[in-house]
Amino acid sequence: MKARTEKIREIAKRLLHEGKVDVVIGYARGTSPMREQPFFARTPEQADQLTWSSFCVGNTAKSLVQVARAGERAGVVAQGCASRNVVGLIVEKQVQRDKVVVIGVPCLGMVDFRKVEAQVARSEGRRVETVEEDGEELVVRGRGFEKRLKRKELLRDNCFTCQHRNPVLADELAAEPTAETGGGDIDKVAAPWEKFPAADRWARFRETFQDCIRCYACRDACPLCYCKTCFVDDARPQWLGKTQDMTDITSFHLMRAFHCAGRCTDCGACESACPQGLKMRRLTSKIEKDIRELYGYSAGMDVQAVPPMASFRPDDSDDFIKQGGEQ
Amino acid sequence: MNECIENTGFRPRIAAFFCNWCTYGGADLAGVNRLQYPADFRVVRLPCTGRMNPEFVLHAFRQGADGVWVSGCHPGDCHYIAGNMYARRRFTMLRELLEYAGLDPGRLHFSWISSAEAEKFQRTAKDVIEAVRALGPVDAATAATKTMVMELRKVI
Repeated sequence: MKARTEKIREIAKRLLHEGKVDVVIGYARGTSPMREQPFFARTPEQADQLTWSSFCVGNTAKSLVQVARAGERAGVVAQGCASRNVVGLIVEKQVQRDKVVVIGVPCLGMVDFRKVEAQVARSEGRRVETVEEDGEELVVRGRGFEKRLKRKELLRDNCFTCQHRNPVLADELAAEPTAETGGGDIDKVAAPWEKFPAADRWARFRETFQDCIRCYACRDACPLCYCKTCFVDDARPQWLGKTQDMTDITSFHLMRAFHCAGRCTDCGACESACPQGLKMRRLTSKIEKDIRELYGYSAGMDVQAVPPMASFRPDDSDDFIKQGGEQ
Repeated sequence: MNECIENTGFRPRIAAFFCNWCTYGGADLAGVNRLQYPADFRVVRLPCTGRMNPEFVLHAFRQGADGVWVSGCHPGDCHYIAGNMYARRRFTMLRELLEYAGLDPGRLHFSWISSAEAEKFQRTAKDVIEAVRALGPVDAATAATKTMVMELRKVI
């Protein structure tokens, strides 16, 4: 991780120094442990604050939209998933390819801070004060304890099933390419939910989303959500209310997931940003699976691609639609 | 046609979204031809099924619909060339998603009906209404659909 940090800084400094970009979007150390924050380096000196660790979970492509809208050329530090989102933004014409320099970081998977906290028993009042990365181990320290934890067991859920750890699009690389997959089977994410008897599916979804506090952190962290007016903010018609009733919560999550169809790269930024620890991937992974199986499309792999929901084939399946002719 | 109403007394509320250029005309022709069908759906006229926002479907359920029916032009016949083709992909995804979340697929219907197919309109209208009627009012639906729709529905 240290080598990656140094390489990122070196590349960022060079890009800023040569004036190839106006800003480099990356991560800096957060004010609390295990919470790296987005950081915009505008001068070579500021580039020294850039960092890379197992907790770079926010998606930098999100900030790229804002920077691109301001007309700036940006360098963006991107691991596999974020690079796919950059591709997605280029495909959707939110970002111009020649105005972005992708600093690709082959990713080893990101750590879920909640899993770390669970390991050190936060419930007993133990607080993590520092985390040091030592190869495949994390050294977690706090008042009166020190623990060595295996990184592999603490990865975020989506990092287990990641299919593209290496950047899909990279102008510079901050490390040697790594193993392409996280080792998990992405087909199996939605599968257990599909198998539940229809009668209790909704009960389970209710359980998944009932703690939602409608803070929209998932939307705000998601690089796909760049609409200037979000459907939740529409007033005429008002698609859904602002309350925390299940009515509004479930409508919000169903529609948010639907909007991700053919675009979601399973980067996990929504789950990482959620203060309530909701598992939104229970919805988005189903959509990802459908898009892949029905239309053979995997989001963010090709700058030339046409998104599946913005295109069609004459022979698309419509067996559920009542056809003409038959009696 | 009226057996079910006589047996159960239940008349579903169905929100129907029809494309102006085909199904809406088909419904009109059915009327002109005096083809009878149960009038248990309220029609919303759309310029094209491509105008369908999936939010319309959720909104309809939220407003108290027992079923939703969307109907447009046959593939290849779209007034706007391909609106229905885009809609088809959207429907596929929406239907899968709602079913995955627990909605009974019998409450959500799609069809292609042209403005000349008055008989097909009649037939499909009966089909859709029978299907929703058979599932009963949302309150008596399967546990998943009931809780889903009741929770989607704003309790005023």
